[in-house]
Amino acid sequence: MLDFIIILLGCQLAGEALSKAFDLPLPGPVIGMGLLFIGLVIKGGIPEGLQRTAQGLLDHLSLLFVPAGVGVLVHLSVISKEWLPISVSLVLSTVLTIAVTACLMVWLSKAFGHDLPEPSPKSPKKPRGKGS
Amino acid sequence: MTPDFFKLWVYLAQTPLLGLTVTLVAYRIGLWLYHRAGLNPLVNPVLIAVLMISGVLWVTDTQYATYFEGAQFVHFLLGPATVALAVPLYNHLKELKAAALPIGVALIVGSATAAISAVGIAWMLGASAETMASIAPKSATAPIAMGVSEKIGGLPSLTAVLVILTGILGAVLGTWTLNILRITDWRARGFAVGLASHGIGTARALQVNPVAGAFASLAMGLNGLATAILLPLLIRWFW
Repeated sequence: MLDFIIILLGCQLAGEALSKAFDLPLPGPVIGMGLLFIGLVIKGGIPEGLQRTAQGLLDHLSLLFVPAGVGVLVHLSVISKEWLPISVSLVLSTVLTIAVTACLMVWLSKAFGHDLPEPSPKSPKKPRGKGS
Repeated sequence: MTPDFFKLWVYLAQTPLLGLTVTLVAYRIGLWLYHRAGLNPLVNPVLIAVLMISGVLWVTDTQYATYFEGAQFVHFLLGPATVALAVPLYNHLKELKAAALPIGVALIVGSATAAISAVGIAWMLGASAETMASIAPKSATAPIAMGVSEKIGGLPSLTAVLVILTGILGAVLGTWTLNILRITDWRARGFAVGLASHGIGTARALQVNPVAGAFASLAMGLNGLATAILLPLLIRWFW
């Protein structure tokens, strides 16, 4: 467990250092994700413990957004001046982006059917209310 | 309410322990309700926890900075958790490779849609230039969005608020949107939600389906990259 925490933090630290040193447009943790991914590809597998440590962190990924979320609610007054254009834009744009991206991916998958494997047994045909 | 209670409260309110415990308990309650509701996206655990904690802060007249003394320990884990997203990504390497072309095209078009539609709608409703610049990178993960916002003349602090709101909106409205469109492919569902609503959308996707979670993680990372590189160019082009 300790080793894998060191791996995760080490990747993040390396990412932060690269981001600062080369003035990259990506934040440290995202570069760290890339570094770990490259490491896994080179190694050709995921150590059992890393799988568990990562799973433990990601099981409650949404918890980690709670402090920032509270900060947003406390500072919600910053949008009060233009709350109407902002809220309409956020809602419509988010829904539109999801719709366009998903439809395009499905359409392209069909157009280039050979590029995609058969849907895995994990993907049920009809998500009912529960899908992401 | 004896004076002793107040003494105790004053003591506890000064230690990080209280803020941390309140965060975990509020999230636990949110999660419990979320599971009770059969993972209904409207009962989003982040939203519930945020509302509850804000209520507690308001009632007890506590400053956000005081609360954050404790909550920072949770907040800190966002970094290593983002790194850990490489694991689901690697687990689904085969599916990701096979879908490389649809991923590439959907990324560019989706990223442009996120920025152009947000700015366009805000512009039609009479938003100021500063607000439009702040809203443009809203679908990217917070640190990227704030950096881009500053570069194109927005307010990074306003962008931070808009990014979190976008994340919650995507997690809450994504399922409904995708079901109406009858999108059943978990790869497309995950990718769309991760692209439009970064980490909070990805968290929701991971809870629902592992394939959707992997594609959401990838979309979050890629859209961060696309927003950081393409948005400043797009803005220069249009302005």
